[in-house]
Amino acid sequence: MNAITPRNAPENAYNFAYLDEATKRMIRRAILKAIAIPGHQIPFGAREMPLPYGWGTGGIQVTAAILGPRDVLKVIDQGADDTTNAVSIRRFFARVANVQTTTRTAEATIIQTRHRIPERPLTEGQVMVFQVPMPEPLFKLEPRLAETRRLHALGDYSLAQVKLYEDIAKQGESGSSYNHPVMVGGRYLMSPSPIPGFDNPKLHNSPALMLFGAGREKKIYAVPPYTSVESLDFEDHPFRPMRAPQHCSACGSATSYLDEIIADDQGGRIFVCSDTDHCAETQGL
Amino acid sequence: MYVAVKGGDAAISAAHAWLAQRRRGDEALPELSPAQIEEQLGLAVDRVMAEGSCHDRGLAALAIKQARGDLIEAAFLLRAYRNTLSRFAACEPLDTGAMRVQRRISATYKDLPGGQVLGPTFDYTHRLLDFALAAEGLPPAEPEEAEAASATMPRVTELLAREGLMSRDIAGGNETPPDLTREPLPFPTPRPLRLQSLARGDEGFLLGLGYSTQRGYGNAHPFVAELRMGEVEIMLAPSELGFAVSIGDITVTECQMVNQFAGSAHNPPQFTRGYGLAMGHGERRAMAMALVDRALMATEMGEEATAPAQDAEFVLLHADNVEATGFVEHLKLPHHVDFQSELEKLRSIRARWQADRDANPLAEAAALEATI
Repeated sequence: MNAITPRNAPENAYNFAYLDEATKRMIRRAILKAIAIPGHQIPFGAREMPLPYGWGTGGIQVTAAILGPRDVLKVIDQGADDTTNAVSIRRFFARVANVQTTTRTAEATIIQTRHRIPERPLTEGQVMVFQVPMPEPLFKLEPRLAETRRLHALGDYSLAQVKLYEDIAKQGESGSSYNHPVMVGGRYLMSPSPIPGFDNPKLHNSPALMLFGAGREKKIYAVPPYTSVESLDFEDHPFRPMRAPQHCSACGSATSYLDEIIADDQGGRIFVCSDTDHCAETQGL
Repeated sequence: MYVAVKGGDAAISAAHAWLAQRRRGDEALPELSPAQIEEQLGLAVDRVMAEGSCHDRGLAALAIKQARGDLIEAAFLLRAYRNTLSRFAACEPLDTGAMRVQRRISATYKDLPGGQVLGPTFDYTHRLLDFALAAEGLPPAEPEEAEAASATMPRVTELLAREGLMSRDIAGGNETPPDLTREPLPFPTPRPLRLQSLARGDEGFLLGLGYSTQRGYGNAHPFVAELRMGEVEIMLAPSELGFAVSIGDITVTECQMVNQFAGSAHNPPQFTRGYGLAMGHGERRAMAMALVDRALMATEMGEEATAPAQDAEFVLLHADNVEATGFVEHLKLPHHVDFQSELEKLRSIRARWQADRDANPLAEAAALEATI
């Protein structure tokens, strides 16, 4: 997050990191407000980006607004640096901002992500940028934004609590496996984006700044460093992060989040780390 | 195996090269030029300009070519381009009353000042395939030219308003109009923003919603008071000049739809209007927009709002096809991390279910009985 010199832009037709400076300022204001009110959704004038809505435009706008020429950018999708959409977004910033990119979590100053938080603990000064499809944690229970805004204002999250209670009463545990809602700073219910519940605890008291961008829904929200983030649960039914109870067949990890790969048509399957950087590091590559 | 599920640089580049080849098609045939698209597929160009929120026929034609004729993709290309342009001013309100009319019809009067002008319309054509068009090179028949109407054509709604039968729209002040492309939509949404949203909304979505109001979902009894298409002048008042100057003409289509209103404690029974405006020639869009505009006034008019077309959040947040197609099509992106957590969740729930059954076989028999 350093000073911007538009002259650095590799393609003269566009400003550094694509967005014009006035738009970046508007987005930065929304980000500052979001940091000041942890977990609260801030509306912002999201722009059309040259990538489609639903493919990370919110995250891309947040990244574009905070990116400086000396930043080192990492982009992951499903935990991996080499999935197509991660490749596409990394290419986009390499093209319009000419920044250094990396696949190493430890080297990155900004990590844009879809659906995962890296296994390697984040550090102070790092910024996570989440791509968010539906920022409203209550949307499946109440689709009307005018109404959910009121519920947030009142801190009335009984809808979510009753849903959780019903899940537990009917099937013995919470029904949500990913995008499980969290309480931020004890005040706002927040969608952690569709990360698996396994990653929810990584949000709690993280030294890194967590920024969430929803482009189509035109909302930005944030979890500042060292902020309490509790997954919604009950005392007698505490939140339980889940992973496949296997070892990674590449690095042997028994603690990382695993992808299940169908190996043949006889029901054979193997499990490998979803976080490709973590897996490579564990293997000493 | 593991590598097979990951995409990479090479795959993306190869896919895009293949796309470019498909776009060109058979190289034995001449390549389409944007100018040909602009001239000969003009209504597609108009639709892309409207949904792309950018009045530039040449760029819209280029977008259609680049998108291989996928008009939503073309609108998206145009939107993404438009977004990089700086906004330096808002023009004066268009004076559609002073439109140089190519087409103007009213369904509510047999004749009216200015007359009915059919113009270039599909109406009253017989929808029989014209095989003569398949043979290229035949010049179209020369249309007879009527004397251009010199007098401006008064708006039908104004004629009704003078008699007090039609509510008047309140003129906006001098403040800068709100801009949907710069600020997120607030709810409840003021009408200028509703109209902006509808003006760039997906034509098919607007058509379906407008249609639903005619079929009882919204209780509309609409009449086309007036539909007009032609060129209007764009007037801009630069702040350093202090007065408005003409910066050019654009073609627009405007529809004023008349609807009944039962009246309330404050207002006498009278007609109300729904308004539709489309860049270029877009009658279906303008008419559908006018129907939905009126439906969205239900709450303000104290009418019972029960139909989808009367629900502003539902209509305005789902009308944008660039947003909609992006989110629907994002389901193509990998979701295996989420799906993995669903797999583990389902396995866990099934294991508990099985354990409960094994522990209590009587309950199982009772449950079976209950289902019989």
